[in-house]
Amino acid sequence: MNLRRIFLILVPYLWLLALFLVPFGIVLKIALSDIALAIPPYAPTLDITAGWEGIKRFFAGLDFENFVFLTQDDLYWRAYLSSVVIATVSTIATLIVGYPIAYGMACAPRHWQPMLVMLIILPFWTSFLIRVYSWIGILSQEGYLNQLLLWSGLINEPLMIINTNWAVYIGIVYTYLPFMVLPIYATLEKLDGSLLEAAEDLGCSRSSAFWLVTVPLSRPGIIAGSFLVFIPALGEFVIPSLLGGSKTLMIGKVLWEEFFSNRDWPVASTVAIILLLILIIPIILFQRNEQKQREADQ
Amino acid sequence: MTGRFSWFNITALTLGFAFLYLPMLILIVYSFNESRLVTVWAGFSTKWYVSLMGNDAFLDAAWVTLKVAVMSSTLATVLGTMAAYVMVRSGRFLGRTLFSGMIYAPLVMPEVITGLSLLLFFIAIGLDRGVVTIVLAHTTFAMCYVSVVVSARLVSFDRQLEEAALDLGCTPFDAFKSVTLPIIAPAVIAGWLLAFTLSLDDLVIASFTSGPSSTTLPIKIFSAVRLGVSPEINALSTIMIAIVTLGVIVASLISKRAIVRQQEDEQKALQK
Amino acid sequence: MGQSNGKQVFAPWENPEEKPIIRFGGVTKRFGDFTAIDDLTLDIYAREFFALLGPSGCGKTTLMRMLAGFESPSAGTIELDGKDIAAVPPNKRAVNMMFQSYALFPHLSVYENIAFGLKRSSMPKADVDGRVGEMLRLTRLEAFARRKPHQISGGQRQRVALARSLAKAPKLLLLDEPMGALDKKLRQDTQFELMDIQEKTGTTFVIVTHDQEEAMTVASRVAVMDHGRIVQVATPDRIYEMPNSVYVADFIGDVNIIKGNAKRLDEAKTEVHWAEGQAPFLGTTNSEVQSGAACFFAIRPEKVAITMDRPKSAANAVSGKVLDIAYLGNISTYHVKLATGEIFKAQMANDRRIARRSFTWDDKVWLSWTDTAGVILAR
Repeated sequence: MNLRRIFLILVPYLWLLALFLVPFGIVLKIALSDIALAIPPYAPTLDITAGWEGIKRFFAGLDFENFVFLTQDDLYWRAYLSSVVIATVSTIATLIVGYPIAYGMACAPRHWQPMLVMLIILPFWTSFLIRVYSWIGILSQEGYLNQLLLWSGLINEPLMIINTNWAVYIGIVYTYLPFMVLPIYATLEKLDGSLLEAAEDLGCSRSSAFWLVTVPLSRPGIIAGSFLVFIPALGEFVIPSLLGGSKTLMIGKVLWEEFFSNRDWPVASTVAIILLLILIIPIILFQRNEQKQREADQ
Repeated sequence: MTGRFSWFNITALTLGFAFLYLPMLILIVYSFNESRLVTVWAGFSTKWYVSLMGNDAFLDAAWVTLKVAVMSSTLATVLGTMAAYVMVRSGRFLGRTLFSGMIYAPLVMPEVITGLSLLLFFIAIGLDRGVVTIVLAHTTFAMCYVSVVVSARLVSFDRQLEEAALDLGCTPFDAFKSVTLPIIAPAVIAGWLLAFTLSLDDLVIASFTSGPSSTTLPIKIFSAVRLGVSPEINALSTIMIAIVTLGVIVASLISKRAIVRQQEDEQKALQK
Repeated sequence: MGQSNGKQVFAPWENPEEKPIIRFGGVTKRFGDFTAIDDLTLDIYAREFFALLGPSGCGKTTLMRMLAGFESPSAGTIELDGKDIAAVPPNKRAVNMMFQSYALFPHLSVYENIAFGLKRSSMPKADVDGRVGEMLRLTRLEAFARRKPHQISGGQRQRVALARSLAKAPKLLLLDEPMGALDKKLRQDTQFELMDIQEKTGTTFVIVTHDQEEAMTVASRVAVMDHGRIVQVATPDRIYEMPNSVYVADFIGDVNIIKGNAKRLDEAKTEVHWAEGQAPFLGTTNSEVQSGAACFFAIRPEKVAITMDRPKSAANAVSGKVLDIAYLGNISTYHVKLATGEIFKAQMANDRRIARRSFTWDDKVWLSWTDTAGVILAR
């Protein structure tokens, strides 16, 4: 242990402690507090100057009242449930849209592939907000999609897509597509073409070789991609609030409104804590999948 | 896995890329629309660009965003590179698990939670919200991305290179400066670009941590967009897309030229 | 072999007046529960070309890394020129290392790689130029000075690594498997080049290798290592002709080993009784082997003659049946099964054309050797 090493460890460590762990502890603490008409708008506050008594009084003031409140008000558990459903449906939809693209990329001539990968990544560098925004004009009642469909005679009156869950699904599939395509492409690209030839040699048709060889071997990519879409989709705020309208219930939106509109900090904090508890399960599963991948690669 | 490029693949790729690029293409086309009604084409015009240039609120927000992005990405690159070095090189130390947990957690943490926790923290310590708080917030989550990018490069870095530098008389800091840093530079630059983009792009965390005098561009765009589609926002989006596309093209040209030069050099070496 | 360079025999280790440049005194190195180096004592002399030979995991690389300063001993002392170097960091040691992967800096040209160490020592620019030029000439790399490491061949890269580590004129140069990445033909050429450079610069070289042929070719002395201990230190010819153990005999080259019981006839000769009803083997007495004790009789295949009839005057002769013939071009190895079941290897030079080779499978043959050809080993 020399000074340089201590310095190297301490600087990022302290930064993360101060700006990640401590703020998180504050959220936890406020989640256990009660709303108050004061500044800051919650009670109790920790009064260090009162010494040990103050700390005792502070802890005595903490309770799980907000957690109980959340279970009683069906707005919240419906919002959690609807977030999980929306995230799940959009993850499956992203997989269905993304797999053929990844497969097509992996099959493309070798010298095209870097270009194709760049085309998939490029939208990721452009603003998320703009990409979501671009769909408002397409999906709105007098939007381009409805104009096209009316003109072609497929429908007689405009479809209601914007401000429904359909718009949210489309928004999530669109913005998170690269997260699904890239990991699947990475596994497909490594796939040895002679495996498929071997399968056909042993009597598989092309399509059964695809289902029996290609799909199982790309499973790690499918799993990684699904988590990379599901985890951020669950806490998504921008997409439901721009495309989903007032009827779409997603927990990220509820938290935002609880904080900015209702100014109920303790409930907002409690919503955050429970969202995290829900997220821990997929995160742990995801990490285990990554771990297995790493071990398999070695 | 190549050599089976079928019609099915071509269709999938065409539809896929159309899905990815058409919405933005429409946005760009309609930014040159004469009419205020965004969805009705009424002839070519650049008037929305002109009116955008006269909109001080947007220009101010853009300036704030740029300042925040440059400061936070630079700070995040320094801290993230240090963190990557600690993760890959420092072996075991007290609280290592906590440290790596804190590096990875922000990557999967919903932005609303990160934003909320930082805001509550800034209020608790009595720090007024403004450019400083946004920079602190962006640095914190961007440094984690930087550290992931840089540590991926450090893992594959041959440690013997550093040992060779020490063996030839370098101090450890010297060895880092003259051997390690030049070699991992592409990853560090990529980390900086990533941090820069994340900061430019961020709406949620900035909304929580910004003050009244420090509105960033995404916040501005968000509040305008909530009221529906506007041609001015189309024009602004087009400018942003153009800048990014230009940046990516320039970056790929530079790296392509480097690869070509390397290949030429190798060719020369073979002829010798 | 290695030490026959010059008219006077170079053998400082036989001169009690000579001070060693490197002295390991009871050095032990542990990594957790694993003991990499076990109470090792060793002297290396100036201008030596010293080889550490052993299978992977025997501790030879750890020994070298301790010399370079990347590891420090758990116990014992390492002296360089009579001074303990435990506290000296790698960048302050007059020791340079040539890494197994060469560790050439990919972002620097050949010239800058070689100049790298010199620039750290605040040498004037002109002197750096001069010294780098000298090194480029020594390693015949003048034409490649401006190239980057990825623009030159593997053999050239190896020479850059050598030039870079020699540029600072270290007292001691460490070479970690320097020829591991080269193909066989190039490796042989490089071995002679390395010996040539060592002789020209007069630097002490310590080379780590698992290739016994390489160690035998280049080294003035070879230390054979096993499990963190040195089994034998000697010149290459002594290692080959007079191994001190079955381990060394077996590690260096091909050998037949027969277990038996020693019976000392006199100060010069000992018999080894190896099977019931068979004539004992006759060999030179080894003072380590007590009369009546269990021992091993080791004999190199090329010292075993193979004939149709029993030779009349051979000190040792035994009959068997040809089991297998391995044709290696210049020589053939015959695997002969004795009546007792043992399989003996005998080598014969192919100085005749194939068609006239005299033995074939299942032939009954006689194997014979002189009374000084084999060695008797205690362990």
